[in-house]
Amino acid sequence: MSHTPDEKPHVHASSLWPIGFAIGLACLLVGLVISWPAAVLGALLAILFGVLWIRDVARAHAPVDTAATRELVGDTPSAARAAAEEHELETYGRAGFLTLATIGLGGVIGAAVTLPSLGFAVLPSFEGDNVKYKKVDLGPIKNFPEGQFVVTTFTEDPVAGDVSRRTAYIRNNGLSKGGEPSFTTIFSRCVHLGCPVQPNGPVFEEKRVKYKDVVLTPVQPAGFGCPCHGGAYDTEGNRVAGPPVRSLDRYEFSIVDGNLVLGKPFSVGTVQGTGADATMTRFRKAYPGVHVDGIERWLYPIPVPGS
Amino acid sequence: MAKSTRRRQLESAALYPLDWVEERTGLVGGVKYMLFRNVPRDVNWMQTLGSATLTAFLVQAVTGVFLAMYYSPDPKSAYASINTITNDITLGWLVRGMHKWGASVFIILMFFHMARTFLFGAYKYPREINWIVGCLILVMGMAEGFTGYLLPWDQTAYWATVVGINLNATAPIAGPYLAQFLQGGAAIGTDTLAKFYSFHMLVLPGGIMGLIGLHMYLVVRLGVTSPPWSSVEAGRPQTPEAPAPGGREGLISDPATGEDR
Repeated sequence: MSHTPDEKPHVHASSLWPIGFAIGLACLLVGLVISWPAAVLGALLAILFGVLWIRDVARAHAPVDTAATRELVGDTPSAARAAAEEHELETYGRAGFLTLATIGLGGVIGAAVTLPSLGFAVLPSFEGDNVKYKKVDLGPIKNFPEGQFVVTTFTEDPVAGDVSRRTAYIRNNGLSKGGEPSFTTIFSRCVHLGCPVQPNGPVFEEKRVKYKDVVLTPVQPAGFGCPCHGGAYDTEGNRVAGPPVRSLDRYEFSIVDGNLVLGKPFSVGTVQGTGADATMTRFRKAYPGVHVDGIERWLYPIPVPGS
Repeated sequence: MAKSTRRRQLESAALYPLDWVEERTGLVGGVKYMLFRNVPRDVNWMQTLGSATLTAFLVQAVTGVFLAMYYSPDPKSAYASINTITNDITLGWLVRGMHKWGASVFIILMFFHMARTFLFGAYKYPREINWIVGCLILVMGMAEGFTGYLLPWDQTAYWATVVGINLNATAPIAGPYLAQFLQGGAAIGTDTLAKFYSFHMLVLPGGIMGLIGLHMYLVVRLGVTSPPWSSVEAGRPQTPEAPAPGGREGLISDPATGEDR
């Protein structure tokens, strides 16, 4: 292919603006995790350097200047200038204005329809009753024999009904060193992908007790196992085998008028010690399969509302 | 042999409605162009996999529309309505069976069609965009499978969806947000079923239909690929009167003249 004079250079001069743009973007992402001012600063930097970058690129692709045009046309300078001016005049004629106006108005109308709809589709999942946890009354403490795990099934949200039926493995540890009542309250969902873990040990169905719609079945597990992908846990919920990435989630609890009441669920990394002496770090309840400690937790920097 | 006047009269009377439509819409010409366009002389049965996939999708669309008339997407009655469709409603077992098994057929055929395209090199220039469109249809088809699996609202459906949503949650950074959007809150419940139903019967099929339209437009515009063993494609003439085509000439005919270009 022969080289024609009107061909624009394909490689334009290197520019430092993309680096500034990248720094601004990084600052924005880190700011999302750390603090809003940093995010705003990052956004401003990204916009500033982005605009400078675009200006640079646009300049590199600018139409050939008048001198080149004159050469190309091979006519007298005045005629070439006149032709160029005429060309420029037509660029922003009535048709151009109408085209831009149509596209702009269409965009505005489209955004006016799309944005509220998208917000309506997405935002409710992250706010209000959809992310609230309700306290659950599990009945008198005497239904939980000391040192014995009890398979406790209950309805988390009476309005939602059976779909919010949950299971917790609860053990009464007696009194802690400080004289406080101590319970091990393990949520049954596997922290690999959320299947229900099962107690590995005999279930005493004949000792089953009911309190309202709470069903309590004593059980003597050597540990907990998940039927889906083989995750295995000990009686404190620590992972001993299989794919899970942390220990089993637990529920906050309180004693109200002699009844055991479950509060919010939370996630734990590793449990040290056993029973009443167990110590652990609490984290916001994370989705199964999500790391809460170790280096991998940086993969999940932004906690989801309601978690 | 000259046709009798009577016969010509009858023919023009029979064709009159078609001519009437053609004059006002041009649709008859368009359909004729699509049906009688040139394809390479050595196409084979492998190249019917795309039509087979389309047929499988149409089966899903038709049976799905009618299943939607009897299904109720709320946790208290979803399973019961599926039971009613299967056991009580006339031919319900058949239509639900077609939809359930047809879903697997659709996915399997998509993969066969994709394998054919890949092995024939039919994803190469100038058909790259059609390959990408096909990949989007595949992703949306898989999403149809995922959302449809929850709708019977039995134990399999519930726990498979628990695992599926939590699998999404393990993606770095955006994963937990995606999971929470999918289940419509902090846990699977009423909102999840309604949302999956809406995606399954409105959002995804709409998207797939649009993409299939684009997919087929590009197939007609760009023509069908010869198999890799094609001697026509290799530039060898098949018959004395057919000149050796170079490159992809002969695959696309000019709609204006009907001639190869």
